[in-house]
Amino acid sequence: MSYTFTLDGKVIPFADGQTIIQAASAAGVFIPHLCYHPEFKPHGSCKLCTVRVNGRHTASCTMRASAGMVVESETEEINAERRALTQMLFVEGNHFCPSCEQSGNCQLQATAYHLGMMSPHYDHFFPNRPVDASHPEVLLEFNRCILCSLCVRASRDVDGKNVFALSGRGIKTHLIVNAKSGAAGRYGLRAG
Amino acid sequence: MGFNEMHAEAVAGVVDRVINRYKRDPTCMLQILREVQESCDWIPPEAIDRMQAMLGVPRTKIEGVAGFYSFIYTEPRGKYRVLFSDNITDRMQGNRAMMERLCNNLWVERGKVSEDGLVSVGKTACTGLCDQGPGMMVNNYAIGGMSEQRIDEIAELIRNKVPLAEWPPAYFKIEDNIRRADILLNADFKPGEALLAARARAPSDGLNASNMRSWREGLPSGIGGPGATLDEIKRSGLRGRGGAGFTTGLKWEACRNAQLKAGHQRIVVCNADEGEPGTFKDRVLLSKCPDLVFEGMTVAAYAIGATRGFVYLRGEYRYLLDHLNAVLAHRRRENLLGKDICGLPGADFDIEIHVGAGAYVCGEESALIESLEGKRGTPRNRPPFPVTNGYLDQPTIVNNVETFAAAAMIALNGGEWYAGIGTKHSSGTKILSVSGDCARPGIYEYPFGISIRQVLEDCGATDTQAVQVSGPSGVCVDASEFDRIIGFEDIPTAGAFTIFNKTRDMFEVARNYVHFFQHESCGFCTPCRVGTSLLKNLMDKLHYGSGSPYDFAEIEKLNQLLQSMSHCGLGHTACNPVLDTIAKFRPYYEKRMMQQDFTPAFDLDRELSAARQMTGRDDAGAHLVTEHGGQA
Repeated sequence: MSYTFTLDGKVIPFADGQTIIQAASAAGVFIPHLCYHPEFKPHGSCKLCTVRVNGRHTASCTMRASAGMVVESETEEINAERRALTQMLFVEGNHFCPSCEQSGNCQLQATAYHLGMMSPHYDHFFPNRPVDASHPEVLLEFNRCILCSLCVRASRDVDGKNVFALSGRGIKTHLIVNAKSGAAGRYGLRAG
Repeated sequence: MGFNEMHAEAVAGVVDRVINRYKRDPTCMLQILREVQESCDWIPPEAIDRMQAMLGVPRTKIEGVAGFYSFIYTEPRGKYRVLFSDNITDRMQGNRAMMERLCNNLWVERGKVSEDGLVSVGKTACTGLCDQGPGMMVNNYAIGGMSEQRIDEIAELIRNKVPLAEWPPAYFKIEDNIRRADILLNADFKPGEALLAARARAPSDGLNASNMRSWREGLPSGIGGPGATLDEIKRSGLRGRGGAGFTTGLKWEACRNAQLKAGHQRIVVCNADEGEPGTFKDRVLLSKCPDLVFEGMTVAAYAIGATRGFVYLRGEYRYLLDHLNAVLAHRRRENLLGKDICGLPGADFDIEIHVGAGAYVCGEESALIESLEGKRGTPRNRPPFPVTNGYLDQPTIVNNVETFAAAAMIALNGGEWYAGIGTKHSSGTKILSVSGDCARPGIYEYPFGISIRQVLEDCGATDTQAVQVSGPSGVCVDASEFDRIIGFEDIPTAGAFTIFNKTRDMFEVARNYVHFFQHESCGFCTPCRVGTSLLKNLMDKLHYGSGSPYDFAEIEKLNQLLQSMSHCGLGHTACNPVLDTIAKFRPYYEKRMMQQDFTPAFDLDRELSAARQMTGRDDAGAHLVTEHGGQA
């Protein structure tokens, strides 16, 4: 038996166990997101994919769909909140699109465009985050890290390698590499 | 060799000893890190090497956990690690001047380690000594009642490298300061009585514990000791004492009814991670009546059919650990823990204590469970809730210390007796931790329904301007609201009752709380991680005199965002102290609204402070005159 819920008035079918964002994607409806990736276990940390379910805010990547749910996503209010979250991510790290080699192929940048973000709004934190260039093939550019944990999950859950993890707490949360020196080169991190 | 260097072999020896004691169990990671640090003064890389090998977990995991907790150090912090409690009450008692004094005495910069690696002096969130502050911790042992004289003595002890164990015992004496006792703090109770009373109240047959599940399930509900015990809890109307006020009977019942997977067991967790600034009633309950709390846990285990229990004790209360373990050992000897407790067939239960390491967010039940599992204390995505999928995915109840104490008394005297105390919607008593501007700070146990005014009168508070009830995540009440009452129908509270007289600047109170939330955000979700920092920056901006009405609007927008988008209660409540004080004590903010129009937070003169410190200059020539007259 198939069930449905409504997303911004549109009827979305879903299978048992599917999350809101999974069902929406399958039906061709886009919900902005950064830490969600269909191939990895949902994390629910960036909060970009937040929707209103029966009037309550919840992350659509972790919330299971249930029959008859009334979900709002593309409202002015929610998109304003998503925009503010994106701005927060921009000022928290060091994201300077014009000089960034990822420009044009960057989900953060694309999300900012999608949400109509015209400025960072908040004061930049300008954190001091040295890059890790110790590896011959991989450059770890921590200035661009938004702590989405996708690399952590890919390495841990798919490759079974545990190359990355998050350490620290709060605004000092940061990505670490599995090496005594803390540098990628020492781990022998190999591409492919 | 410096103070913090040990031979790799010695480190490995320490790690092996600790890990073997924890049976090489990676879920005890935080306990292992904590105990290794007690021997090594920090977690050297060699210790992580050894843990990685012994526990078979990746280095990233160990470092990720170690990095999360404020009291675990992956860099040397000295042989003596001094942390001053920095709650608003400690500030009011002059902790800043004392910290300065100690730093000067020891020739050490705040937050840094001394040149010789002997000592570091820093600050930490409220240590729960508000009634006998300012408080501090040395190597995670609490010391209260700081005075200039005591500071000088401590500096001398540190300089002479006197081991902590040889410091005057008077320093470590923490008072209970019980000013008003009621049914809990006056409990006339012998260990074991509550459990036997619960059993005696059950119908004549079906007395077996509910963890003999196959047998119990053949019985109609409500029959048998466990069912009868649960009924008494429900009849009592008991609600959680940790602040949220969830109905205890419902939580227990949900856990009891949760399906058990093969090899799983039900778990009882006592939340003693009393981190809300201004709260210290669990400290006193655990110090004065640990048996009552353990008995309450045992009653809960009996009612829901749990066989394993934990107390999650906040790191600041490390000094209570040995005593609590001794009480547990005694209860085991008396058959109040272990197998067939009190002769009840199948009533098997034991309790172990895990000690936290400086992370307020671990007071949130799912973060607490993560921490118990030896992980970073990040709140989980819910549902599923702990009652079905808690500790290691097993059905788990997490209740506050005071809730368990009350449960023991309900088992002893019955639900009806308990429901007759307090008000219609809030049965029983509430223990308040009273501190701040009053003559008699300490612990006050009242039946629910007591007015703020009455508490203020009883503790000898005069000229009171405001009371922060339930800490920064609670509410700030002003003089016009003093007739409001403590209770779930009006002002619910986890127990903090912090009093501010008319000389206090309520803006600075709010700013202190905002700094607290910023420090304690776990960093998992974007809105709280970045939002609490933005809020802190805004409050600092106002503090430095660059505030304008624009910033008010920004604070309100941030609040809305944190409310709707945050992952857990920490983010939801982080703006409360600011919004409350803006609404009720606006003049303190207006005094700081020196700017009509938007003014940047950046202040060139303030940025030069590092240069001034380096050159040792603070004369007029070393300052810039700022246009808008901000603090130069």
